[in-house]
Amino acid sequence: MTPQKQWTAFYTMLRNDFVRIVRIWSQTLLPPVVTTTLYFVVFGTFIGSQLKPIHGLTYIQFIVPGLIMMSVITSSYMNTVSTFYFAKWTKTLDEILVSPMPEWLVIVGFVSGGVMRGLMVGVLVGVVGLFFTHLAIQNIAVLILTLVLTSTLFSLGGLINGAFAKGFDGMSIVPTFVLTPLTYLGGIFYSIQQFPPFWQTVSLFNPILYMINAFRWAFFGVSDINIGICLSVLIGFVVLFLLVLLWLFRRGIGVRL
Amino acid sequence: MTHAVSVSNLYKTYDPPKGQGSPVEALRGVTLAVEEGDFFALLGPNGAGKTTLIGILTGLVTKTSGEAKIFNHPVDTDASRAKTYIGLVPQEFNFNIFEKVEDIIVTQAGYYGTPRAEALKAAEPILKDLGLWDKRYTPSQQLSGGMKRRLMIARALIHGPKLLILDEPTAGVDVEMRRSMWTFLRKINKEGTTIILTTHYLEEAEQLCRNVAIINKGSILVNQSMQSLLADHGEEKLEQVYLDLIGAGKETENEQTL
Repeated sequence: MTPQKQWTAFYTMLRNDFVRIVRIWSQTLLPPVVTTTLYFVVFGTFIGSQLKPIHGLTYIQFIVPGLIMMSVITSSYMNTVSTFYFAKWTKTLDEILVSPMPEWLVIVGFVSGGVMRGLMVGVLVGVVGLFFTHLAIQNIAVLILTLVLTSTLFSLGGLINGAFAKGFDGMSIVPTFVLTPLTYLGGIFYSIQQFPPFWQTVSLFNPILYMINAFRWAFFGVSDINIGICLSVLIGFVVLFLLVLLWLFRRGIGVRL
Repeated sequence: MTHAVSVSNLYKTYDPPKGQGSPVEALRGVTLAVEEGDFFALLGPNGAGKTTLIGILTGLVTKTSGEAKIFNHPVDTDASRAKTYIGLVPQEFNFNIFEKVEDIIVTQAGYYGTPRAEALKAAEPILKDLGLWDKRYTPSQQLSGGMKRRLMIARALIHGPKLLILDEPTAGVDVEMRRSMWTFLRKINKEGTTIILTTHYLEEAEQLCRNVAIINKGSILVNQSMQSLLADHGEEKLEQVYLDLIGAGKETENEQTL
Protein backbone atom coordinates (compact mmCIF):
# COMPACT_ATOMS: atom_id res chain seq x y z
CA MET A 1 0.00 0.00 0.00
CA THR A 2 1.32 3.45 -0.84
CA PRO A 3 1.44 6.01 2.01
CA GLN A 4 -1.51 7.81 0.41
CA LYS A 5 -3.62 4.64 0.35
CA GLN A 6 -2.59 3.93 3.93
CA TRP A 7 -3.77 7.40 4.92
CA THR A 8 -7.14 6.78 3.20
CA ALA A 9 -7.52 3.45 5.02
CA PHE A 10 -6.64 5.09 8.36
CA TYR A 11 -9.07 7.95 7.71
CA THR A 12 -11.80 5.43 6.85
CA MET A 13 -11.36 3.65 10.19
CA LEU A 14 -11.29 6.93 12.12
CA ARG A 15 -14.28 8.38 10.29
CA ASN A 16 -16.32 5.23 10.97
CA ASP A 17 -15.52 5.39 14.66
CA PHE A 18 -16.29 9.11 14.84
CA VAL A 19 -19.69 8.58 13.22
CA ARG A 20 -20.40 5.71 15.65
CA ILE A 21 -19.31 7.69 18.74
CA VAL A 22 -21.47 10.66 17.78
CA ARG A 23 -24.45 8.49 16.70
CA ILE A 24 -24.60 6.77 20.07
CA TRP A 25 -23.55 9.85 22.09
CA SER A 26 -25.90 8.91 24.91
CA GLN A 27 -23.76 5.79 25.49
CA THR A 28 -20.33 7.16 24.61
CA LEU A 29 -20.19 10.83 25.62
CA LEU A 30 -22.99 11.51 28.10
CA PRO A 31 -22.34 8.91 30.87
CA PRO A 32 -18.83 10.14 31.82
CA VAL A 33 -20.09 13.73 31.85
CA VAL A 34 -22.98 12.81 34.18
CA THR A 35 -20.76 10.73 36.47
CA THR A 36 -18.04 13.35 36.84
CA THR A 37 -20.61 16.10 37.36
CA LEU A 38 -21.88 14.11 40.33
CA TYR A 39 -18.30 13.83 41.62
CA PHE A 40 -17.87 17.59 41.24
CA VAL A 41 -21.11 18.26 43.13
CA VAL A 42 -20.76 15.71 45.92
CA PHE A 43 -17.01 15.49 46.55
CA GLY A 44 -15.97 18.87 45.22
CA THR A 45 -18.70 21.20 46.42
CA PHE A 46 -20.55 19.52 49.32
CA ILE A 47 -17.72 17.62 51.01
CA GLY A 48 -14.77 19.53 49.52
CA SER A 49 -15.88 22.85 51.00
CA GLN A 50 -15.33 21.34 54.46
CA LEU A 51 -11.75 20.20 53.69
CA LYS A 52 -8.40 21.96 54.04
CA PRO A 53 -6.52 23.03 50.84
CA ILE A 54 -4.01 20.54 49.36
CA HIS A 55 -0.81 21.94 47.79
CA GLY A 56 -2.45 25.36 48.15
CA LEU A 57 -5.44 24.33 46.00
CA THR A 58 -9.09 24.15 47.04
CA TYR A 59 -10.32 20.55 47.14
CA ILE A 60 -12.46 20.96 44.01
CA GLN A 61 -9.48 22.40 42.14
CA PHE A 62 -7.34 19.52 43.36
CA ILE A 63 -9.70 16.78 42.15
CA VAL A 64 -10.78 18.23 38.78
CA PRO A 65 -7.62 17.16 36.82
CA GLY A 66 -7.83 13.65 38.26
CA LEU A 67 -11.51 13.32 37.43
CA ILE A 68 -10.92 14.49 33.86
CA MET A 69 -8.15 11.91 33.61
CA MET A 70 -10.39 9.18 35.05
CA SER A 71 -12.98 9.85 32.32
CA VAL A 72 -10.28 9.86 29.64
CA ILE A 73 -8.85 6.55 30.88
CA THR A 74 -12.21 4.78 31.05
CA SER A 75 -13.49 6.13 27.73
CA SER A 76 -10.33 5.32 25.77
CA TYR A 77 -10.12 1.82 27.19
CA MET A 78 -13.79 0.99 26.70
CA ASN A 79 -13.77 2.34 23.16
CA THR A 80 -11.08 0.01 21.85
CA VAL A 81 -12.04 -3.04 23.89
CA SER A 82 -15.67 -2.80 22.77
CA THR A 83 -15.13 -1.86 19.11
CA PHE A 84 -12.49 -4.54 18.63
CA TYR A 85 -14.31 -7.30 20.48
CA PHE A 86 -17.66 -6.52 18.80
CA ALA A 87 -15.92 -6.48 15.41
CA LYS A 88 -14.48 -9.92 16.16
CA TRP A 89 -17.80 -11.22 17.50
CA THR A 90 -19.85 -9.98 14.53
CA LYS A 91 -17.00 -10.88 12.14
CA THR A 92 -17.01 -7.35 10.69
CA LEU A 93 -13.32 -7.35 11.64
CA ASP A 94 -12.85 -9.59 8.59
CA GLU A 95 -13.55 -6.54 6.40
CA ILE A 96 -10.34 -5.04 7.76
CA LEU A 97 -8.31 -8.25 7.95
CA VAL A 98 -8.89 -9.17 4.29
CA SER A 99 -7.80 -5.69 3.19
CA PRO A 100 -4.14 -4.89 2.45
CA MET A 101 -3.82 -2.72 5.57
CA PRO A 102 -0.60 -3.69 7.38
CA GLU A 103 -0.93 -4.84 10.99
CA TRP A 104 0.55 -1.66 12.46
CA LEU A 105 -2.01 0.44 10.59
CA VAL A 106 -4.92 -1.63 11.91
CA ILE A 107 -3.58 -1.07 15.44
CA VAL A 108 -3.16 2.67 14.79
CA GLY A 109 -6.72 2.82 13.41
CA PHE A 110 -8.34 1.21 16.45
CA VAL A 111 -6.14 3.10 18.94
CA SER A 112 -6.82 6.45 17.27
CA GLY A 113 -10.55 5.83 17.69
CA GLY A 114 -9.99 5.34 21.42
CA VAL A 115 -7.80 8.44 21.64
CA MET A 116 -10.44 10.45 19.79
CA ARG A 117 -13.19 9.41 22.22
CA GLY A 118 -10.91 9.95 25.21
CA LEU A 119 -10.11 13.49 24.07
CA MET A 120 -13.76 14.30 23.31
CA VAL A 121 -14.80 13.14 26.78
CA GLY A 122 -11.82 14.91 28.39
CA VAL A 123 -12.78 18.24 26.79
CA LEU A 124 -16.45 17.84 27.75
CA VAL A 125 -15.64 16.98 31.38
CA GLY A 126 -13.12 19.84 31.53
CA VAL A 127 -15.75 22.30 30.31
CA VAL A 128 -18.20 21.02 32.94
CA GLY A 129 -15.45 21.42 35.57
CA LEU A 130 -15.24 25.13 34.70
CA PHE A 131 -18.79 25.56 36.06
CA PHE A 132 -17.55 24.45 39.46
CA THR A 133 -14.13 26.04 39.81
CA HIS A 134 -11.46 28.17 38.18
CA LEU A 135 -8.90 26.16 36.18
CA ALA A 136 -5.57 27.77 35.32
CA ILE A 137 -3.37 26.13 32.72
CA GLN A 138 0.28 26.22 33.74
CA ASN A 139 1.71 24.39 30.73
CA ILE A 140 -0.47 23.70 27.70
CA ALA A 141 2.13 21.47 25.99
CA VAL A 142 2.37 19.09 28.96
CA LEU A 143 -1.42 19.13 29.30
CA ILE A 144 -1.94 18.04 25.68
CA LEU A 145 0.97 15.57 25.81
CA THR A 146 -0.36 13.94 29.00
CA LEU A 147 -3.89 13.73 27.61
CA VAL A 148 -2.76 12.19 24.32
CA LEU A 149 -0.28 9.75 25.91
CA THR A 150 -2.75 8.61 28.56
CA SER A 151 -5.57 8.07 26.09
CA THR A 152 -3.11 6.29 23.76
CA LEU A 153 -1.91 4.02 26.57
CA PHE A 154 -5.41 2.97 27.61
CA SER A 155 -6.57 2.58 24.02
CA LEU A 156 -3.64 0.20 23.54
CA GLY A 157 -4.60 -1.58 26.76
CA GLY A 158 -8.22 -1.89 25.61
CA LEU A 159 -7.07 -3.40 22.34
CA ILE A 160 -4.92 -6.00 24.13
CA ASN A 161 -7.96 -6.82 26.31
CA GLY A 162 -10.14 -7.07 23.18
CA ALA A 163 -7.71 -9.50 21.58
CA PHE A 164 -7.77 -11.81 24.61
CA ALA A 165 -11.46 -11.47 25.55
CA LYS A 166 -13.32 -14.73 25.00
CA GLY A 167 -16.74 -13.31 25.81
CA PHE A 168 -18.54 -10.20 27.00
CA ASP A 169 -17.43 -10.96 30.58
CA GLY A 170 -13.84 -10.76 29.38
CA MET A 171 -14.37 -7.12 28.40
CA SER A 172 -15.39 -6.02 31.89
CA ILE A 173 -12.99 -7.98 34.14
CA VAL A 174 -9.98 -5.70 33.67
CA PRO A 175 -11.90 -2.39 33.91
CA THR A 176 -13.74 -3.56 37.04
CA PHE A 177 -11.01 -5.34 38.97
CA VAL A 178 -7.82 -3.60 37.76
CA LEU A 179 -8.53 -0.24 36.18
CA THR A 180 -11.12 1.12 38.63
CA PRO A 181 -9.13 0.30 41.82
CA LEU A 182 -5.89 1.67 40.32
CA THR A 183 -7.67 4.85 39.22
CA TYR A 184 -9.32 5.47 42.58
CA LEU A 185 -5.99 4.79 44.33
CA GLY A 186 -4.09 6.87 41.77
CA GLY A 187 -4.18 10.16 43.65
CA ILE A 188 -7.37 11.70 42.27
CA PHE A 189 -8.79 12.50 45.68
CA TYR A 190 -5.64 12.88 47.78
CA SER A 191 -1.95 13.69 47.73
CA ILE A 192 0.28 10.74 48.58
CA GLN A 193 2.25 13.16 50.78
CA GLN A 194 -0.63 12.81 53.24
CA PHE A 195 0.35 9.11 53.65
CA PRO A 196 2.96 7.50 55.94
CA PRO A 197 6.24 6.74 54.06
CA PHE A 198 5.40 3.03 53.57
CA TRP A 199 2.12 3.75 51.75
CA GLN A 200 3.79 6.51 49.76
CA THR A 201 6.24 3.89 48.45
CA VAL A 202 3.42 1.42 47.70
CA SER A 203 1.54 4.12 45.78
CA LEU A 204 4.55 4.66 43.51
CA PHE A 205 3.88 1.23 41.95
CA ASN A 206 0.57 2.50 40.60
CA PRO A 207 1.20 3.82 37.05
CA ILE A 208 -1.98 5.89 37.06
CA LEU A 209 -0.54 8.03 39.88
CA TYR A 210 2.05 9.38 37.42
CA MET A 211 -0.56 10.31 34.81
CA ILE A 212 -2.84 12.13 37.24
CA ASN A 213 0.07 14.02 38.77
CA ALA A 214 1.43 15.03 35.38
CA PHE A 215 -2.00 16.33 34.41
CA ARG A 216 -2.43 18.21 37.68
CA TRP A 217 1.05 19.71 37.21
CA ALA A 218 0.04 20.93 33.74
CA PHE A 219 -2.89 22.78 35.31
CA PHE A 220 -1.52 24.09 38.58
CA GLY A 221 2.22 23.37 38.63
CA VAL A 222 1.90 21.04 41.65
CA SER A 223 2.72 17.34 41.66
CA ASP A 224 3.71 14.61 44.13
CA ILE A 225 6.23 13.30 41.60
CA ASN A 226 8.76 14.98 39.31
CA ILE A 227 7.07 15.81 35.98
CA GLY A 228 9.96 14.33 33.99
CA ILE A 229 9.54 10.98 35.75
CA CYS A 230 5.75 11.12 35.18
CA LEU A 231 6.12 11.60 31.43
CA SER A 232 8.90 8.98 31.18
CA VAL A 233 6.69 6.37 32.89
CA LEU A 234 3.84 7.21 30.50
CA ILE A 235 6.03 6.96 27.40
CA GLY A 236 7.59 3.72 28.67
CA PHE A 237 4.20 2.06 29.11
CA VAL A 238 2.99 3.27 25.70
CA VAL A 239 6.05 1.75 24.00
CA LEU A 240 5.67 -1.50 25.96
CA PHE A 241 1.95 -1.91 25.14
CA LEU A 242 2.58 -1.04 21.49
CA LEU A 243 5.27 -3.72 21.22
CA VAL A 244 2.96 -6.28 22.83
CA LEU A 245 0.20 -5.44 20.34
CA LEU A 246 2.51 -5.58 17.33
CA TRP A 247 3.64 -9.02 18.46
CA LEU A 248 0.03 -10.19 18.99
CA PHE A 249 -1.11 -8.93 15.58
CA ARG A 250 1.96 -10.29 13.80
CA ARG A 251 1.35 -13.75 15.29
CA GLY A 252 -2.42 -13.40 14.84
CA ILE A 253 -3.05 -14.13 18.53
CA GLY A 254 -6.58 -13.06 19.42
CA VAL A 255 -6.96 -11.61 15.93
CA ARG A 256 -6.97 -14.43 13.38
CA LEU A 257 -7.82 -18.11 13.73
CA MET B 1 0.20 -19.22 -17.68
CA THR B 2 0.24 -17.27 -14.40
CA HIS B 3 -1.20 -18.91 -11.33
CA ALA B 4 -3.80 -16.84 -9.52
CA VAL B 5 -3.44 -19.21 -6.58
CA SER B 6 -0.72 -21.70 -5.85
CA VAL B 7 -0.76 -23.74 -2.70
CA SER B 8 1.89 -26.25 -1.77
CA ASN B 9 1.88 -28.81 1.05
CA LEU B 10 -0.36 -26.62 3.19
CA TYR B 11 -1.17 -27.70 6.73
CA LYS B 12 -3.45 -26.15 9.31
CA THR B 13 -4.00 -27.53 12.78
CA TYR B 14 -6.41 -25.83 15.16
CA ASP B 15 -5.50 -26.03 18.82
CA PRO B 16 -8.45 -26.98 21.01
CA PRO B 17 -9.60 -24.68 23.84
CA LYS B 18 -7.51 -25.28 26.98
CA GLY B 19 -8.17 -28.68 28.50
CA GLN B 20 -10.73 -29.65 25.86
CA GLY B 21 -10.17 -32.38 23.27
CA SER B 22 -7.26 -32.78 20.88
CA PRO B 23 -5.95 -30.60 18.04
CA VAL B 24 -7.97 -30.65 14.80
CA GLU B 25 -6.09 -31.10 11.53
CA ALA B 26 -8.15 -29.01 9.11
CA LEU B 27 -5.68 -29.19 6.20
CA ARG B 28 -3.27 -32.06 5.65
CA GLY B 29 -0.73 -31.19 2.99
CA VAL B 30 -2.97 -29.50 0.41
CA THR B 31 -1.35 -28.78 -2.95
CA LEU B 32 -3.37 -26.88 -5.52
CA ALA B 33 -3.03 -24.40 -8.38
CA VAL B 34 -5.65 -22.17 -9.97
CA GLU B 35 -4.75 -20.53 -13.25
CA GLU B 36 -5.46 -16.89 -13.98
CA GLY B 37 -8.86 -16.47 -15.64
CA ASP B 38 -10.17 -19.81 -14.40
CA PHE B 39 -13.62 -20.48 -12.96
CA PHE B 40 -12.65 -23.02 -10.34
CA ALA B 41 -14.86 -25.13 -8.08
CA LEU B 42 -13.63 -26.14 -4.64
CA LEU B 43 -16.02 -28.80 -3.43
CA GLY B 44 -16.27 -30.90 -0.32
CA PRO B 45 -18.57 -31.80 2.57
CA ASN B 46 -19.01 -29.62 5.66
CA GLY B 47 -15.80 -29.55 7.70
CA ALA B 48 -13.65 -30.69 4.75
CA GLY B 49 -11.30 -27.69 5.02
CA LYS B 50 -12.65 -25.40 2.26
CA THR B 51 -13.24 -22.39 4.48
CA THR B 52 -9.91 -22.90 6.25
CA LEU B 53 -8.11 -22.92 2.89
CA ILE B 54 -9.93 -19.75 1.84
CA GLY B 55 -9.16 -18.22 5.24
CA ILE B 56 -5.44 -18.80 4.75
CA LEU B 57 -5.53 -17.30 1.24
CA THR B 58 -7.35 -14.19 2.46
CA GLY B 59 -5.43 -13.57 5.70
CA LEU B 60 -8.16 -14.63 8.13
CA VAL B 61 -6.43 -17.84 9.21
CA THR B 62 -2.76 -18.38 10.06
CA LYS B 63 -1.29 -21.45 8.35
CA THR B 64 0.60 -24.03 10.37
CA SER B 65 3.07 -24.86 7.58
CA GLY B 66 3.40 -24.99 3.81
CA GLU B 67 3.20 -22.32 1.15
CA ALA B 68 0.35 -20.27 -0.30
CA LYS B 69 0.73 -17.60 -2.97
CA ILE B 70 -1.65 -15.19 -4.70
CA PHE B 71 -0.37 -14.11 -8.11
CA ASN B 72 3.07 -15.21 -6.94
CA HIS B 73 2.97 -13.16 -3.71
CA PRO B 74 3.27 -15.28 -0.54
CA VAL B 75 0.30 -14.70 1.76
CA ASP B 76 2.51 -14.56 4.84
CA THR B 77 5.63 -12.61 3.85
CA ASP B 78 3.96 -10.34 1.26
CA ALA B 79 0.45 -10.31 2.70
CA SER B 80 -0.39 -6.70 1.90
CA ARG B 81 0.38 -7.11 -1.82
CA ALA B 82 -1.31 -10.53 -2.03
CA LYS B 83 -4.51 -9.16 -0.51
CA THR B 84 -4.84 -6.37 -3.08
CA TYR B 85 -5.69 -9.05 -5.68
CA ILE B 86 -8.47 -10.75 -3.71
CA GLY B 87 -12.15 -10.08 -3.21
CA LEU B 88 -13.82 -12.36 -0.68
CA VAL B 89 -17.49 -13.25 -0.40
CA PRO B 90 -17.64 -15.16 2.89
CA GLN B 91 -20.07 -17.84 3.92
CA GLU B 92 -21.63 -15.86 6.77
CA PHE B 93 -23.00 -12.33 6.67
CA ASN B 94 -20.24 -10.20 8.17
CA PHE B 95 -21.22 -6.60 7.50
CA ASN B 96 -22.48 -4.03 9.96
CA ILE B 97 -26.25 -4.52 9.92
CA PHE B 98 -26.86 -0.93 11.03
CA GLU B 99 -24.99 0.56 8.07
CA LYS B 100 -26.52 1.45 4.72
CA VAL B 101 -25.66 -0.59 1.63
CA GLU B 102 -23.66 2.24 0.08
CA ASP B 103 -21.71 2.92 3.28
CA ILE B 104 -20.71 -0.73 3.63
CA ILE B 105 -19.26 -0.77 0.13
CA VAL B 106 -17.57 2.62 0.33
CA THR B 107 -16.03 1.75 3.71
CA GLN B 108 -14.60 -1.46 2.30
CA ALA B 109 -13.10 0.51 -0.58
CA GLY B 110 -11.57 2.86 1.98
CA TYR B 111 -9.74 -0.04 3.65
CA TYR B 112 -8.14 -0.72 0.25
CA GLY B 113 -7.08 2.93 0.02
CA THR B 114 -9.79 4.21 -2.33
CA PRO B 115 -11.05 7.67 -1.31
CA ARG B 116 -14.78 8.04 -0.58
CA ALA B 117 -15.60 10.16 -3.65
CA GLU B 118 -13.90 7.68 -5.99
CA ALA B 119 -15.53 4.73 -4.26
CA LEU B 120 -18.99 6.25 -4.63
CA LYS B 121 -18.44 6.52 -8.39
CA ALA B 122 -17.08 2.96 -8.60
CA ALA B 123 -19.99 1.60 -6.56
CA GLU B 124 -22.70 2.77 -8.98
CA PRO B 125 -22.15 0.28 -11.85
CA ILE B 126 -21.56 -2.60 -9.43
CA LEU B 127 -24.73 -1.89 -7.47
CA LYS B 128 -26.68 -1.51 -10.70
CA ASP B 129 -25.31 -4.79 -12.07
CA LEU B 130 -26.29 -6.59 -8.90
CA GLY B 131 -29.74 -4.99 -8.66
CA LEU B 132 -28.97 -3.09 -5.46
CA TRP B 133 -28.88 0.47 -6.77
CA ASP B 134 -32.41 1.25 -5.52
CA LYS B 135 -31.45 -0.10 -2.10
CA ARG B 136 -28.24 1.89 -1.69
CA TYR B 137 -29.60 4.00 1.17
CA THR B 138 -31.32 1.04 2.90
CA PRO B 139 -29.85 -0.25 6.18
CA SER B 140 -28.44 -3.66 5.37
CA GLN B 141 -30.49 -5.44 8.03
CA GLN B 142 -33.63 -4.64 6.03
CA LEU B 143 -32.41 -6.54 2.94
CA SER B 144 -33.66 -10.00 1.98
CA GLY B 145 -31.28 -12.96 2.26
CA GLY B 146 -30.53 -12.92 -1.47
CA MET B 147 -29.86 -9.20 -1.45
CA LYS B 148 -27.48 -9.59 1.50
CA ARG B 149 -25.54 -12.18 -0.53
CA ARG B 150 -25.38 -9.79 -3.49
CA LEU B 151 -24.28 -6.99 -1.18
CA MET B 152 -21.31 -9.12 -0.13
CA ILE B 153 -20.46 -9.71 -3.81
CA ALA B 154 -20.63 -5.96 -4.46
CA ARG B 155 -18.42 -5.29 -1.44
CA ALA B 156 -15.88 -7.85 -2.66
CA LEU B 157 -15.73 -6.27 -6.12
CA ILE B 158 -15.42 -2.60 -5.15
CA HIS B 159 -11.62 -2.52 -5.34
CA GLY B 160 -11.52 -4.33 -8.70
CA PRO B 161 -9.95 -7.64 -7.58
CA LYS B 162 -8.33 -9.99 -10.09
CA LEU B 163 -9.40 -12.96 -7.98
CA LEU B 164 -12.89 -13.38 -6.54
CA ILE B 165 -13.39 -16.08 -3.91
CA LEU B 166 -16.98 -17.04 -3.20
CA ASP B 167 -17.68 -19.25 -0.20
CA GLU B 168 -21.16 -20.70 -0.75
CA PRO B 169 -22.56 -17.51 -2.27
CA THR B 170 -25.93 -18.95 -3.23
CA ALA B 171 -26.81 -20.65 0.09
CA GLY B 172 -30.43 -19.87 0.89
CA VAL B 173 -30.97 -17.96 -2.36
CA ASP B 174 -34.08 -18.66 -4.49
CA VAL B 175 -33.72 -20.24 -7.94
CA GLU B 176 -34.39 -17.07 -9.92
CA MET B 177 -31.89 -15.01 -7.98
CA ARG B 178 -29.35 -17.83 -8.14
CA ARG B 179 -29.61 -17.90 -11.95
CA SER B 180 -29.12 -14.13 -12.14
CA MET B 181 -26.04 -14.46 -9.93
CA TRP B 182 -24.70 -17.14 -12.28
CA THR B 183 -25.13 -14.77 -15.23
CA PHE B 184 -23.30 -12.04 -13.36
CA LEU B 185 -20.44 -14.32 -12.33
CA ARG B 186 -20.06 -15.66 -15.88
CA LYS B 187 -19.88 -12.07 -17.12
CA ILE B 188 -17.12 -10.95 -14.76
CA ASN B 189 -15.19 -14.18 -15.38
CA LYS B 190 -15.39 -13.50 -19.11
CA GLU B 191 -14.07 -10.00 -18.43
CA GLY B 192 -10.98 -11.54 -16.80
CA THR B 193 -11.72 -12.08 -13.12
CA THR B 194 -10.50 -15.42 -11.81
CA ILE B 195 -13.21 -17.04 -9.69
CA ILE B 196 -12.96 -19.71 -7.00
CA LEU B 197 -16.35 -21.02 -5.95
CA THR B 198 -17.29 -23.31 -3.10
CA THR B 199 -20.83 -24.58 -3.13
CA HIS B 200 -22.99 -27.47 -2.01
CA TYR B 201 -25.18 -27.03 -5.12
CA LEU B 202 -23.21 -29.31 -7.42
CA GLU B 203 -25.31 -28.38 -10.43
CA GLU B 204 -24.02 -24.86 -9.91
CA ALA B 205 -20.39 -26.00 -10.02
CA GLU B 206 -21.08 -28.18 -13.07
CA GLN B 207 -22.74 -25.31 -14.93
CA LEU B 208 -20.18 -22.64 -14.11
CA CYS B 209 -16.75 -24.10 -13.47
CA ARG B 210 -14.06 -25.29 -15.87
CA ASN B 211 -11.82 -26.90 -13.25
CA VAL B 212 -12.62 -28.60 -9.99
CA ALA B 213 -10.96 -29.83 -6.82
CA ILE B 214 -12.70 -32.03 -4.27
CA ILE B 215 -11.41 -31.85 -0.73
CA ASN B 216 -12.31 -34.15 2.14
CA LYS B 217 -10.93 -34.26 5.67
CA GLY B 218 -8.25 -31.75 4.78
CA SER B 219 -6.86 -33.60 1.73
CA ILE B 220 -7.44 -33.06 -1.98
CA LEU B 221 -9.12 -36.13 -3.54
CA VAL B 222 -9.19 -34.94 -7.15
CA ASN B 223 -8.04 -31.84 -8.99
CA GLN B 224 -8.73 -31.76 -12.72
CA SER B 225 -10.91 -30.22 -15.40
CA MET B 226 -14.66 -30.61 -14.90
CA GLN B 227 -14.94 -32.18 -18.34
CA SER B 228 -12.30 -34.83 -17.71
CA LEU B 229 -13.65 -35.62 -14.24
CA LEU B 230 -17.11 -36.32 -15.66
CA ALA B 231 -15.62 -38.25 -18.62
CA ASP B 232 -13.53 -40.40 -16.26
CA HIS B 233 -16.71 -41.41 -14.49
CA GLY B 234 -18.70 -42.40 -17.56
CA GLU B 235 -20.38 -39.02 -18.08
CA GLU B 236 -22.25 -39.29 -14.79
CA LYS B 237 -23.69 -36.19 -13.15
CA LEU B 238 -21.22 -34.38 -10.91
CA GLU B 239 -23.39 -35.11 -7.90
CA GLN B 240 -22.94 -38.86 -8.39
CA VAL B 241 -19.20 -38.52 -9.01
CA TYR B 242 -18.89 -36.43 -5.86
CA LEU B 243 -20.82 -38.95 -3.77
CA ASP B 244 -18.71 -41.80 -5.16
CA LEU B 245 -15.47 -40.00 -4.28
CA ILE B 246 -16.53 -38.90 -0.80
CA GLY B 247 -18.05 -42.35 -0.18
CA ALA B 248 -14.84 -44.08 -1.34
CA GLY B 249 -12.93 -41.95 1.15
CA LYS B 250 -15.23 -43.11 3.93
CA GLU B 251 -14.90 -46.77 2.95
CA THR B 252 -11.09 -46.54 2.92
CA GLU B 253 -11.22 -44.95 6.34
CA ASN B 254 -13.51 -47.71 7.65
CA GLU B 255 -11.17 -50.39 6.28
CA GLN B 256 -8.22 -48.73 7.99
CA THR B 257 -10.17 -48.55 11.25
CA LEU B 258 -11.02 -52.27 11.04
